[in-house]
Parts: sequence; structure tokens; C-alpha cells
Amino acid sequence: MVSPESPPAIEVNNLTIRYGDRIAVNGLSFTAMPGKITALLGPNGAGKTSTVETLEGYRRPTAGSVRVLGLDPVADHRQLVARIGVMLQSGGVATGMRPGEALRLFASYYVDPVDPDELLELVGLADHRSSTWRSMSGGEQQRLSLALALVGRPDVAFLDEPTAGIDPAGRQLIRRVIADLRGRGVAVLLTTHDLEEAEKLADHVVIIDHGVVLADGTPTELMRASQGDDVRFGAPSGLDVSSLGARIGAVVTEASPGEYVVASAATPSMVAAITAWLAEMDLPLADLRAGRQRLEDVFLRLTADADAKTPEPTPSRRRRSRR
Amino acid sequence: MKALLAQTRSELMLSLRNGEQLLVNIAIPLLLLVFFSAVKVLPIPTGVDKRVDFLAPGIIALAVMSNAMVALAIGTGFERHYKVLKRLGATPLGRGRWVLAKIGMVKILLVVQIALIVVAALALGWNPGGTPWLAIPAVVLGVFAFGGIGLLMAGTLRGTVTLALANGLYLLLLLLGGMIIPFSEMPGFLGTIGKVLPSGALSQVLQSCLRSGADSAGSAWIVLAIWAALAPLAAVKFFRWE
Repeated sequence: MVSPESPPAIEVNNLTIRYGDRIAVNGLSFTAMPGKITALLGPNGAGKTSTVETLEGYRRPTAGSVRVLGLDPVADHRQLVARIGVMLQSGGVATGMRPGEALRLFASYYVDPVDPDELLELVGLADHRSSTWRSMSGGEQQRLSLALALVGRPDVAFLDEPTAGIDPAGRQLIRRVIADLRGRGVAVLLTTHDLEEAEKLADHVVIIDHGVVLADGTPTELMRASQGDDVRFGAPSGLDVSSLGARIGAVVTEASPGEYVVASAATPSMVAAITAWLAEMDLPLADLRAGRQRLEDVFLRLTADADAKTPEPTPSRRRRSRR
Repeated sequence: MKALLAQTRSELMLSLRNGEQLLVNIAIPLLLLVFFSAVKVLPIPTGVDKRVDFLAPGIIALAVMSNAMVALAIGTGFERHYKVLKRLGATPLGRGRWVLAKIGMVKILLVVQIALIVVAALALGWNPGGTPWLAIPAVVLGVFAFGGIGLLMAGTLRGTVTLALANGLYLLLLLLGGMIIPFSEMPGFLGTIGKVLPSGALSQVLQSCLRSGADSAGSAWIVLAIWAALAPLAAVKFFRWE
């Protein structure tokens, strides 16, 4: 079992990755613990995949260092690959391959693999024995990719957007399989731009954008830390906020279309006043969050702040000294 | 060892499942052999008794080229495109064993293919002469030369470009390589070009091994050996896994 003192499975220290003049990752640091699910959360292009691919040994850091299970992913690649499982964002299997064949082939690479048939059952592909990769749906391909990542009993699993673009049932199944990895002490690092995924699945969320960490903590911590003295609710867009504000005695703003923020503590009488006004106007109430924000609020605020601070993603300006 | 065997078996299975690849590998060389042995349209070098005596060595060279170059390039090119190679990079299989499995697959398919060609040629009355055992090192050198070219294309170009180029190169090297059209029938400069191509070198070497009365192929052996050394080196140097 994993003790609280066990060292981190993944350590990222001041990681910087550059592609030519473009900075994909800019001084990123975080850790991921065994037996925990860590989500690297950020919008597309935030630097998630670059970070994960550095941890998998596909690319070298431009600066900073990374360690996975105490190993250098490039220098100690041979030792490391026996202990990690990888799920790429797409592809990875020959198009003419059937699920059982792919799993048995991958099982042959490892010393003590999981029984392929058991894994097929686990990811719900036991009935797809005769379909080839090219004839499988996106969700089926993702489930097979997940099984391939797990067949070698990895200590660390890297899952790049594991549920992107798949149907709800498949998503549920994948999330259940990932959640079960905790009990086996696996350190899971998943990337996602889906807030719901991070909120539901992760023990630890690292929010990144433009290659820097914006926030790092458990979902609860992140939501508590940014908890403000306000009430948020969803209703049809374009409400008369000044009329509502006058009625309840607090400033009301429409943060985004259909999302309202009331600058007031969430007292029961305030909540009652808001709902009473909506009732008078015969307006539906989509949701109402007093105090506790959803991760989405935190995320949108943080990424919006980051965008405001960096008006243009300025590439490094190299000074040419003339002599 | 377990991983290498499983990988080789898997490569073989995927090749056999791929219909168009089998067509290029097996059906086309056999068809050319039978057709041009029976139909007297192609010229043959002077002093050759039967058409099949000239065609059989050339068709074996063609089988080496289609298998080691065309099929390997297209298969590997698409695997690279679909990130199969990238994914394998994160497994304990390793690149060394991956290459060995590919070579193993090519060799096994080639043994079957050449056996079919030999049987068909003998049925057509082929009378092999020369020093047939020398054909074995010649075929091995050919696998290195064409395999190197195939992997060079697959590892540097996009999948669809590899597909088009491999097929174009196949036709060009077939026509200029003395495989079914003798060099003696080509204008001088084309024959000269043909003889420095890997296809030309291999077909000359195989003619000298398998047909009595063929020209000796000292310089062709050298040309073939140079291709067999340089093409894999270039593939190793320029191959990109993603």
C-alpha cells in the first residue's frame, strides 16, 4: 500500500519546452503521487501534451528536469518503459489489428502482463473480437488504447485526453477503470480540457495555460480557495440586472451570457430575494451556487486572468549584439 | 525472445491480411513470369534458349524489390502515420527488436514467394545454370538495399506520399532494371543508368548466378553491395518515428 511518505511518482521541475521560437511550456513544476489521479487541466494548446510527452521520453526538456519513478525518461528509457503505460490521444494500433491480437502482442512485451481476456472484459470489448481497429468506433478505440496502457501492470499511467470525443457510456466505463487504478497504487496522470472530468475523477488538479501552472491542489481546495462573497446563478441571458440589483440591494452583473453574479454574501434571505424576483418575472432558474463554486468558475477565471496578463504569447526576443 | 517472436508473428499476420500487399508481392511477379514466358512480345538477349531462362532470375529480383521495398515502405509508412511506431516507442519492445521483426517478416514472405516463382518457372521449363547458391547472398544483399530504401521513404515522408512514391519507383526500377527487358535492348545511356540502379545490379547478379552463359557480374556485385550498405545507413540516419 502507498504510505503518505512515499516519494512522488512524477516530478516536474521548472520544465521549459520550446519549439523554435515558440514556448510551449514555461517553467512548469508539479508532482504526482502513487495511488492518486492527477489531472493536467487546461485549454487546447496549454502545453499538456508537450509535458506528458516529455515525461514519456518522446522529447527532451529545453530546460528544467523531469523524473518518473526516479528515472530520467530519456537516459533511463529502457528501464522506464517497462513500468509505464501510455495512452496516446489517437492512433497507436495497426489498422488491421483486432483487439485480442493487439492485447496479446503488447502482453508479450512485459514480464508479468495482465491476462488479455480479462482486460478485454474489463473495457467492454469482449464482444468485439473480430473487428479490426479501422472498423472500431472512436470510443472502442479509446477503450482498447486504455487496455493496452494497462496490460503491463504499470506503476505510472499517462492518459492523454482519455475520454475526448466519446459517448457518455464509454466515458463512464473509462472513468470507472481509471478510478480503480488508485487502489493498485498506480500514479495516473491524465490530461483533459474537460472540467467535469477533472472534477469527477481527479484527486489532484494542476491547471495550466500558456505553459505555466495557474493553480494546483485538490478539486475541493481549488474551489474553496477562490470562493468569493458572491452568489452565482444561471437564468436566461439579457435580464435587467439593474432592476434586480435595486430590488435586492446588491450589485448584479452578467458574467457571461446567462451567468449572473450577485456581489453579496449568500445569506438565506439574499437567495430568497433573488428567487422571488425570478418568480415574479416568471423566469426559469438554471442553477444557483451560493459560495461554493464549480471548478469551471475557477478555471474560467484563472485562464481569463492569464490571458489578460499575457496580451500576446510573446516568443522569446533574441537580442543580437553587434560588435 | 518472446516479444520478438510475437512481433514477427504479428507483422506476418498483418501482411497476409493485407490483400493489395499480397497482390503486389506474389501475384504480379508470377503473372509477369507466366505471361511473358508464354507470349512472345518481349525481346530476350541473344543466345538464350528459352524465354523463362532469362525471365526467372529477373522475376526473383522483382520479388525482392516488391517485398523489401514497396510492401515494407507502404506498411511502415502507414504505421508511422497512425502513430503505431510512436506507441511502440513507449513499450519495452525497443527499436532494435522492431526492426528485426520487420526483417524477419520480409525474409519469411520472400522465401515463400521465391519458392512459388521457382516452382512456376520449373513448370515452364526453366533450366537454371550458373552457380545457384550465390543467389542466396545476392538476395540477402537485395533485401538490405531495397529494405533500406523502403524504410528511408517510410521514415521521412507522409504515408500517402510514401504510397505513391513506392509504386512509382517500383515501375521505374522494374523497367530500367533489366528484370524483364534486357539491357541490350535499351539505348546506351538508359542501360548505363539501369546498371547502377539497385534493381539493375540485382538482376544482373541473379542472371549471372542462375543462367549459364550470362555475363559475369563483378561490377554489379559491387554496385549491389554499395546500395546494401548505404541505403540502410541512410534509413537509420534520417528515419523519424513520428
